[in-house]
Parts: sequence; structure tokens; C-alpha cells
Amino acid sequence: MNHIALKMLMGDKGKYLGIIMGLTFASLIMTQQPAIFIGILARTYSFISDTGLPDIWVMDEKVQFVDDIKPLQDTELYRVRGISGVAWAMPMYKGLLKARLADGTFQTCIVVGLDDTTLIGGPPIMLQGEISDLRRSDSVIIDVDGLNEKLNKPTADGKKIPLKVGDSLELNDRRAIVVGVAKVTRTFQSQPVIYTTYSRAKSYAPKERKLLSFVLVKADKGQDLGELTRRIREKTGLAAYTQQEFMDITYNYFIKNTGIPINFGISVLLGFIVGAAIAGQTFYSFTLENIRQFGVLKAMGTSNWTLLRMILLQAVLVGSIGYGMGVGLTALFGYAMRHTILAFKFPWQLLVFSGAGVSLICMIAALISILKVMRLEPAIVFKS
Amino acid sequence: MVDAVRCEKLVKIYDAGGQKVVALNGIDLNIKLGELMMLVGPSGCGKTTLISVIAGILDQDSGVCELFGKNVNVMSSKDKLQFRAKNIGFVFQAFNLLPSLNAAENVSIPLIINGEKRTIAERKAIEVLKQVGLGDRWKSYPSQLSGGQQQRVAIARALVHSPRLIVCDEPTSALDHTSGHNVMNLLKEVALHQDRALVIVTHDARIFEFADRIAQMDDGHIIKVT
Repeated sequence: MNHIALKMLMGDKGKYLGIIMGLTFASLIMTQQPAIFIGILARTYSFISDTGLPDIWVMDEKVQFVDDIKPLQDTELYRVRGISGVAWAMPMYKGLLKARLADGTFQTCIVVGLDDTTLIGGPPIMLQGEISDLRRSDSVIIDVDGLNEKLNKPTADGKKIPLKVGDSLELNDRRAIVVGVAKVTRTFQSQPVIYTTYSRAKSYAPKERKLLSFVLVKADKGQDLGELTRRIREKTGLAAYTQQEFMDITYNYFIKNTGIPINFGISVLLGFIVGAAIAGQTFYSFTLENIRQFGVLKAMGTSNWTLLRMILLQAVLVGSIGYGMGVGLTALFGYAMRHTILAFKFPWQLLVFSGAGVSLICMIAALISILKVMRLEPAIVFKS
Repeated sequence: MVDAVRCEKLVKIYDAGGQKVVALNGIDLNIKLGELMMLVGPSGCGKTTLISVIAGILDQDSGVCELFGKNVNVMSSKDKLQFRAKNIGFVFQAFNLLPSLNAAENVSIPLIINGEKRTIAERKAIEVLKQVGLGDRWKSYPSQLSGGQQQRVAIARALVHSPRLIVCDEPTSALDHTSGHNVMNLLKEVALHQDRALVIVTHDARIFEFADRIAQMDDGHIIKVT
């Protein structure tokens, strides 16, 4: 009877495609919008995830997320270094500074100052130049997206082209020379990221008593990170988080304090409802239009159980195809947008979520149809 | 010898929006094996209800309806389905072929319901289609066939699993005179034999000549059997 169920389903190509399209749309919305949402949220902690080497981030205890900088005194670095279980501890400056471009315009940039000796905390991927080039005078490394989109210089014919290695810009009236181009994950506000040394970053930054943003800590081999963070907190009175904890804190801050989740949540919910309505209604009307055929099968001796299996098979098939197409389109969308400013992240959990959503739609549509067929009087076949 | 159908004091009452409508009011009827019985009468007289009860797809409120000596009404739902799938063939006024299946696939349905494998069922279906003169059209879909040809496919579907009772509801009403006669000839020649009975509900006076007996119904009663 499976063969008959499939032929019934595919017999009317228009309706068959209608159901598939409805489910594809539902699946697309249920994956694409959350993928953008997750992509945006991932950008909130991208600076932390890009900084791979340290195990622990130490900061002022009032810091709420990665961009909420509350500077420390440089002496805190030495206090952290003195704690047992710490293999090394390095300073990091992170702040927003205005860069003055060749045409006189200003662009706010994230300036990151790395330990002068080790340069720990640098960009994950270098596209041009070496990280060690930061040891040269006035040198900075800038992220490629920031260069391409926001940091540019005018040409003789009035066009604007991105800065390149060897070009210079001004940070707080001080010259900075581009010595390298890096690839970093875009930040939440998509500002250019400029890497330099810690001491040079302090010279770019407005004069303040405290300028140390974070202390990056590597634990001794075999050291329990939870234990070490607790010890750092006890000894220094500072906040100390593992990389994952700091990412979670940042992520949760944005979840709780911005309208992003509710806005995207509404989009996803609407997509789910519209997709469910289209697919459910089309599938139900398909069953209704075939009710006589189900009646014929019932009159000829087909059991309700067999009819139920036939409808479930139809629902599973259209659900799988629609889900596959929707997810495929979302993946295609993400691939096409990979080099753009659009945030997009497609973790496996999203596949499970959307799969469950499409299954739910199909099950509801199938259930309504099944109830209709179960209650069907086979005597309907004698009505002309 | 056991009758194909034995109905005794059959009563069926419908509830139509709070109003009781007596569709069958004490029907007594016997149909013998090898017999072609026609049920005739005005619209609403209970013909369709009677064949629905005879075919085991509607339960009577009281009375007895035995098919081949078995009281279908007291069977479990599962047994009733199996009994129906094995013993009864249907021919409908509107043909009721599945439009997305070709002729062979349509004809093979009763065999598949009875547990036959699809390939074997379709092979048998083609054989029966040959018997009804459509051997060369087994791949055709209902929309590619004329009304007469569709009804012949429906007859092949009613015959393919060798049922002992064939129930036909207005089999000629959607056909022209010639096609109607051809269908009746086919039913009489191919479908009817000593181990099988045919019950035909009809308004079509042009085919009365094919009946062995005619039961005339009115207002839920059989008023005359000729």
C-alpha cells in the first residue's frame, strides 16, 4: 500500500509541490533566521574565541561582558603572576579609539594592545605580514574586513581604496603604520580591529591612571582551571573566568539586555506559524480531496491502521523533502553570504531544532488528516 | 445450498439533525449464488443503504444479514474487513478509480489489500484487464480512458480477487446506451458464474433485461420481487 500512498501523493504535481514548498518555506525560516541570530550572538564573544592561547581571563569584577572594559592598574598583572598554578600571565589593552584617515575623516576602531615581548593575544590568522612585525616602530596590524570596509584612503581620481601594508593612519594624533593584515571574526559592532603592542596601545589611548583591560593567564599543565580561577579571585579580588565562562557571560549579557532574542524569536515564530499553516492546510486539503479515494480503499477492506500508515508515509516524505530543501537553501544562503557583513552560524543543534519543528508541523497535519480518514464512513463511496 | 445473501427484518434508521429517518424498514431478501439481482426504486427508497449493509460497510440497527451463511454484523472489525476484502467486489456509479494510478495498478488494489505482492498483483491485474478487453490499455490512467473503459477497469478491479459477491451501484448511469449494454454484457458474461452473485442497484430501465430477479423498493420496504 506504500506504493499507492506515494502515487496518490505525487499524482497531483501542483498540490504535491505546494505541500513541499510550504514545508520548505517553514524549514527555511526556522533555520535561516536562527542561524543569523546565532551568528550575531557569536559575534558578541568572537574577540574571546579568537584569542586562543590563554586559559583564563582576569578582569575587574564589575565587568559584565567583553566590551565592558573597566581598566585595572598594571600592578595587578604582577599579583596574578605570583599566584601558584599560573604558568604565565600577560597584559592586554582593549579599547575604542578614533582613527584619523588620510582624507581627514574619523573611524572608531577597537585597539588591542598585546604583551610587547610575547605578543600573546594576537589575531588568529595573518593574511599579510607577520605578528612579529609589531615590534617595528609605530606598527599596527589591522583586520581585513575593517580595511576593506571602513579604513580607506582617497586616490588621485577621488576614489577610495582600502589601506594596505605600508600605509599609515593616525591614532590619537600619533602615527600608526600598517605592517600586517589579519583575519578575525567580525565583532558585534563590526568595527575595525587594530592590533599593536601593549605599550604602544597605552600611548595611543587617552592618558588614564589605569589602562590594563585584561590579564591573560595560562595555567600550569594539569592545573584545574576552576580551582585556579577561584584562587585568582580570592588572592586578587578580581574576576577570573575560563574562556568558555567569559564567552557565556558575554553571550548572556546580550541575551538579557538587548532586544535581539525577542526580535528574532518573533521572526522564527512567525515563520513557523506561516509555514505550518501553509503546509498543514495544503496537506489537509490534499487529504480532503482524496477522501473519496480513502473511502474506496476502506470499502474494499483496507484497515484504519493501513490508512494511517499511508498518511504517515506521505507526511514523512513531504516533511523530509521540505526539510531537506529548506535546510539546503539555508546552507546555500550562508555559503553565499560567507564573505559579507551578514552574521551566519549554522550549528548542528539548529538542524535538530528545525527538524523537530518540521516534524511537528507534519505530525499535526497528518493527525488532523488521519482523524478525518479514521472517522470516514466507507459508505461514502456509494454517493455520487 | 447456502444463499449468497440472506436478509431478514433488516432495519436501519438514520439520525438526520435530530429527526429519525427510517432507511430500511424490515427488509427480507435472499440472493442466490449464480444470480444477478437488481434493486430498483425511486431516490431515497433505501437501495444504497441496503447494498451498504449487504456489502458489510454499514451496520444495521436490527435484523440479520448473512453473507454466505455468516452474520457479518457480529464479526469483529478486523474480521469484517478481511471478510469484505476477500469476498466482495465493488463497482461504483462514479467508477471511483484512483486517478494517480494506471489501470493495472487500480485493478491490483484488492489483491494488494489481501496481501499479494505488488508485482504479482499487477501481473494478475493485466490478465483480468485482458478479459474485459483492455489488455492493451493497462498503462493508461483513468483520465486517458472513456467512461465505458473506466467502468470496465472498475469491473476488472471488482473481479480480480475472485470475490463471491459483486455489489454494483448504478454501474451504467454514467454511460451511454451502447457502453451501458457492453458493461452489462461484460458483467453477465465475465463476472457472473455459479459461485458468485451480483447485486446491482439501478435506475436504468434499459438494463432491467439483464436481471435474473428484480427487487423493487419503496420507502424502506421491498414491495415486489419479480
